[in-house]
Amino acid sequence: MKKIYFCILAVSTLLFTSCEKDLDQYPHTETTSESVYTTADNYKAVLGKLYTSFTTTGQEKGGGNSDLSSNNGQDYMRCYFNLQEVGTDEVASTWLEGDKVIDLTYLSWDANDPWVSDMYYRIYYTIAMTNEFLRNATDDKIAGFTEEEQANIVHYRAEARFIRALTYYHALDLFRNIPFVTEDDPVGAYAPPRYTSSQIFAYIESELKDIEDDLLSRTELEYGRAPKAAAWTLLAKLYLNAEVYIGEDHYTDCITYCNKVIADGYSLEGDFQKLFNADNHLRTNEIIFPLPVDAESTVSWGATTYLICGEVSNTSDYQDPAAYGVTSGWGMFRVRGELPALFDETDGRNLFFTEGQTQYLDEVDNQSYGYFMSKWTNLTDGGEVASNTVDGGVDTDFPLFRLADVYLMLAESVIRGGSGSSSAVALDLLNELRARAYGDNYETDGKLAASDLTLNFILDERARELAWECTRRTDLIRFGKFTTDSYIWQWKGGVKDGKAVDSKFNYYPIPTSDLTANPNLYNKEY
Amino acid sequence: MNCKYLKSSLTAIVLVLGVLLGVSTTAWAQQPGKRTITGTVVDETNQPLPGVTIIVEGTTTGTITDFDGNYSIVLTEEAENLQFSYIGYQSQTVPVPQANQLNVQLLADTQEISDVVVVGYGVQRKSDLTGSITSVGTDDFNSGLISSPEQLINGKVSGVQIMQNSGSPTSGSTIRIRGGASLNASNDPLIVLDGVPLESGGISGNSSNFLSLINPNDIENMTILKDAASTAIYGSRASNGVILITTKKGSTTKGIQVNFSTTNSVQTKTQMPDMLSRSQYVDVMTSRGSDEQKALIGDYSTDWYDQIYQAAFGTDNNLSLSTRVAKNTPMRVSLGYYNQDGILKSDNAERLTGSVSVSPSFLDDNLKFNLSAKGAHNNNTFAQTSAIWAASIFNPTLPVYSGTDAFGGYDEAIDNGGNPVNGGVRNPLGLIEQYNSTSKVDRVIGNIDMDYKFSFLPELKFHATAGYDYAKGKGNIYVPAEAAQYYTTGGRDYAYGPQKNTNRLLTTYFNYNKYYDALKSSVEATLGYDYQYWKSTTPLYQELNTAGEVQSTSAATDQRHAMVSYYGRLNYGYDGRFMVTASLRRDGTSRFSDDNRWGTFPSVALAWRMDQESFLMDNPVLSTLKLRLSYGITGQQEGIGNYNYLPVYTYSQEGAEVQYGDQWYYTYRPEAYVSDLKWETTKSWNAGFDFGFMDNRISGTFDFYTRQTEDLLATVPAAAGTNFDKNILTNVGNVDSHGIEITLNASPIQSKNLNWDVSFNMSWQKMEVKNLSLIEGGSTTNTLVGPSIDSYQFQVLSEGYEPYMFYLYHQLYDAETGKPIEGAYADLNNDGQINSSDLYRYHSPAPDFILGFSSSLNYKKWTMNMSFRANIGNYVYNGMAMNTGAWSTVSYNSYQLNNLSTSFLETGFNSRQYLSDYYVENASFLKMDNLTLTYNFGKIWDTCNLNINGMVQNVFTITNYSGVDPEVPNGMDMNFYPRPRTFSLGLGLNF
Repeated sequence: MKKIYFCILAVSTLLFTSCEKDLDQYPHTETTSESVYTTADNYKAVLGKLYTSFTTTGQEKGGGNSDLSSNNGQDYMRCYFNLQEVGTDEVASTWLEGDKVIDLTYLSWDANDPWVSDMYYRIYYTIAMTNEFLRNATDDKIAGFTEEEQANIVHYRAEARFIRALTYYHALDLFRNIPFVTEDDPVGAYAPPRYTSSQIFAYIESELKDIEDDLLSRTELEYGRAPKAAAWTLLAKLYLNAEVYIGEDHYTDCITYCNKVIADGYSLEGDFQKLFNADNHLRTNEIIFPLPVDAESTVSWGATTYLICGEVSNTSDYQDPAAYGVTSGWGMFRVRGELPALFDETDGRNLFFTEGQTQYLDEVDNQSYGYFMSKWTNLTDGGEVASNTVDGGVDTDFPLFRLADVYLMLAESVIRGGSGSSSAVALDLLNELRARAYGDNYETDGKLAASDLTLNFILDERARELAWECTRRTDLIRFGKFTTDSYIWQWKGGVKDGKAVDSKFNYYPIPTSDLTANPNLYNKEY
Repeated sequence: MNCKYLKSSLTAIVLVLGVLLGVSTTAWAQQPGKRTITGTVVDETNQPLPGVTIIVEGTTTGTITDFDGNYSIVLTEEAENLQFSYIGYQSQTVPVPQANQLNVQLLADTQEISDVVVVGYGVQRKSDLTGSITSVGTDDFNSGLISSPEQLINGKVSGVQIMQNSGSPTSGSTIRIRGGASLNASNDPLIVLDGVPLESGGISGNSSNFLSLINPNDIENMTILKDAASTAIYGSRASNGVILITTKKGSTTKGIQVNFSTTNSVQTKTQMPDMLSRSQYVDVMTSRGSDEQKALIGDYSTDWYDQIYQAAFGTDNNLSLSTRVAKNTPMRVSLGYYNQDGILKSDNAERLTGSVSVSPSFLDDNLKFNLSAKGAHNNNTFAQTSAIWAASIFNPTLPVYSGTDAFGGYDEAIDNGGNPVNGGVRNPLGLIEQYNSTSKVDRVIGNIDMDYKFSFLPELKFHATAGYDYAKGKGNIYVPAEAAQYYTTGGRDYAYGPQKNTNRLLTTYFNYNKYYDALKSSVEATLGYDYQYWKSTTPLYQELNTAGEVQSTSAATDQRHAMVSYYGRLNYGYDGRFMVTASLRRDGTSRFSDDNRWGTFPSVALAWRMDQESFLMDNPVLSTLKLRLSYGITGQQEGIGNYNYLPVYTYSQEGAEVQYGDQWYYTYRPEAYVSDLKWETTKSWNAGFDFGFMDNRISGTFDFYTRQTEDLLATVPAAAGTNFDKNILTNVGNVDSHGIEITLNASPIQSKNLNWDVSFNMSWQKMEVKNLSLIEGGSTTNTLVGPSIDSYQFQVLSEGYEPYMFYLYHQLYDAETGKPIEGAYADLNNDGQINSSDLYRYHSPAPDFILGFSSSLNYKKWTMNMSFRANIGNYVYNGMAMNTGAWSTVSYNSYQLNNLSTSFLETGFNSRQYLSDYYVENASFLKMDNLTLTYNFGKIWDTCNLNINGMVQNVFTITNYSGVDPEVPNGMDMNFYPRPRTFSLGLGLNF
């Protein structure tokens, strides 16, 4: 009898425990963090996701297997462009109703705006992934790799921190007071504290200074990654707008970092339009930090595809999509009449398609009103169409930071009283830009005198040089013109002749969904 | 399992139980004034019947026949009659004979079978039930064209809501028992087919109608377990109720019984969205349109609904043979062929099903096997359902065909580059006819059941089921290159799948069943172990155009999970008056980490059969009265990913690479995870009573229940930056619900030629979200949920409110005209501005009351059946009216005009007012689901019976709701594939 009992016990133990082992199931086609962070190549692959998080929306071509739930399912740069440009004089959108950009266009959004929410969550998605990367890239965790691998991972780590600083900068610029979360915080049920803009400002500043040494210089670096100069440019942008963010004057600091960039060996590209074509990955002389897009390998329906397809009409009888390297136009972006008015006839940056179009807008969402932009193309240097844009978007990379912007920041800081440079240097740098823009007409039409260097001139010159490069809203706010009546453009505030709007529209609200998820957050004015 | 071990372990267990329990049976001693009667009980074929209960009438003394049908019982001198009863047989009362020998033959009773109810891991007599269980058998099933098993019981059971998701033959149903207990995790009940719990969800090529691969015609019975006491034996999967499906088995009688039935039907379209007629449209355009828009008005008059919808034919044919292939070996074979077109052109579902079941028994019925296999081959053709939207808004003044060869001849809107307008609406008929999407799905469900009754201890049974559910699904999509829908990317031509799903199950349990007459007690105990393992794989596939160029790549998937369970149940009955059921289950799942992996789910239930008490026993009016009370804890783990507690990384595919230098590399992405994910648990109380009057001519049940769901699995926004998604599925908060269910059955007329049976059921339920904060101390949450239009969501989960209430602005109206004023909303918080803090909660899509009524009237050979269903207090957002009811929707590009909803004539809105409560309507309805007239010819010759019937399904709907159908998924009426009206003729033959 005892033997039998023993048998039952033995058999059932064997049978049941072996079955209970089946309760340890691990993924087969995916992998877990434990096995990912075992090779230096995998670290680079995770870093790659941080970089592509600006332009793509999923792990499959064109957004399949999408990154996160969102309202519009669009990428970081599409959201960023909409928030930085659509409400300004640089854009009139045809898709007011269909793409729900009415509130952005008329400066009348609230905390439920789908684009505001998507931008916000995209930013924090990138931040969360960066924190996860940094959690797994500590000195302890990489101690097992070869010295060379460790050195590489130290660079990756600095780049990840740059990406985080960049996204926090966007969050600061767009939202001001925001939740703050780093690699020291857990994944999961946790409410990040609310940081004021001063706290965020200080954090970004210290991070960027801290990683300076670990970032590679522009000559050592593969295309697509962030060099030291990217951190300097970002610091310059932070300092230039410091009065808006924290009410302090940091123009001297701005000049310091502009000088560092300029001294790093960058030079202006000779042909302005080549900065915005399908071969612009070759413009590393001027482009400091690009967001690469490729119709085969890094397919984006936002970023540059959004701009280039968007600037081509699908109703015009005169415009040829192929002239832009586009299979078919989306026809949704024209500019408001005030923007072309800033340009001289002979300015080479005066790149608008005007035939059959009116300059000013009787209606916003009608394609025949307003000029189309023609600054961006999907053409190679040889003028060939680079890709089938319907199938894979464009090949043109987005130049997020470039030298011309640094010149303009330096000049503005000098005019605003910063030290560390001089009016003469500022004049020279601006005239470099003017010489490229005006070409043969530079001496007659383009050349600036010292007396031309006024703040208003800088604002206009930034519009001429940097139109559609996602800086217009920030610039108008810095100049006190975004919401006030000191500058009115058509349809500002939702009326044809334009009107001032509430000053709360100088920043965006924290979306309602995060107010409910994180009790530390609140909107004062929304 | 090694057979030797199995045998020895079984023997051992039996011995132990025998020692413990068998003692009482042998402790007989002859006493003075008493005598012993012995005898044998046999069935109609003179086979011995084991397990027959023999009771001395008027006492509680009794015994049970052994495996040879023999019994022996000690009687006092007063004993007059002996009652012989056995499940499935007619009871007999026999006077005590002079001799000490009494042999009895029992006759099978088909009536009695319905008194036995299948419960989890066993069967129970209906009168002994303690929980809230409803069983529906073939006699009560819905008739007509039944596309999927759940349609058999639609409207038949209180507390069960079954909604066909659309009118397509390829669509499935949403089943809710007591409204479901969860919010975002699954609310689908567990479905157990012949003891095999089926995996929820579908497969490539049949993602929404997987259950339809079980032929409804093979189903004998469906039992719905509603309260926790009945479902807790299924532990972690039981919170949403359980549906037990039992399929038909072979017959025990000699000869071959053949059943043949055929139903042929025509479906016609019913209500369509109310768009402007051609003349209304032209009036509107000429008065309001710009010159450019007027130029787009054509000379044609096209009814686009007529273009894309058709009268759809369907046929359903079933043949079954039931016989006894050898002594003690019943067998049943069936074949079914079902083919149904959709009313949307090209939509089709075709299904070939076959089933075999053989139930041999050995060792004088002490060892029984049941081998059954059910197979289905399913071909689907999926129509391009975007044509439904296109047909609604396509310009009615345009022709169908352009008269040229471009785009396959269909008239399309073309842009300046000669391409179909980007983002434009395509020709509805072109969408349908130039889209060819087919799928092939195969599914085989096999199971072997073994029941062994221990010869030396017939009270003890061992049961084992080995089940295997295998399905394979794949499909092809072809769109010609010239078709406008994929014109710029060169059409489509690719295959996906095969996805392969396997589900393996091993169930083993012991069952001990004994009546202790000295104690007037019956004891039934079950102790078991289950193991279930699921695997689903899909290979990588690429979406190609007709030139073979890759458009996108979908990664391969491989998903597995396993569950191990131990369970036990004890049924105790005293004197036929009091019953207690207690059960306990312990489940372990691979979906959670070691720390949270195991859950325990207890339940207890009591019943009191008052009708068996002396004061009611002989009551001429009240024939049945039973009180029931139960409490149980159940769990919920469906709707969660298999690896959600693990930090998973996903590798990217072609086209989603990162550029470093001049090379591209794949990337790794971290996925959102919640390391301490655990079960959702539901605690429920159920109190009810069953009653019957006048020999149960009027009978019914009443139940009241409350449920508290804790650690609710819900998808809620994570605090930004804390996880790798905006929303995560995690355990948050609680939901409470309570409800009432009433069922009434009556037979108002019972006579030789005229019989009338009616049945009515009603459920009422209220649900309230108690807490939804992910972070403790978080402010009151308003989580936007539900379907969306252009990213606007319309429903909300808020603490203290019913879930899924509409969350909208309160529309203001012009006092004179009564028309809504565009953009004018009530400033509910009185802060002088209208913004999101003025949104308010306005009703929900869940009905307050669900009613069902059916009637069966039989006069001689004629039978007329009717069934009705009503929902009261359900609200629907009329998405079509909103999304096509504003002037700005008339044109999204310069080449095309869109039609408008007639709602525009009432509102005159310029822009769409997404968040206006104007579009939320009370959608209470009464539907007549079914009307059947049957003529039963009876024997038409020798042994052949024939009946013919005519049926109408979806006969009519009475509602004040203005949209397509008041019964739409999630309360959103948008591009709904209308449910057709079905007319069918059926013929049934059996011989």
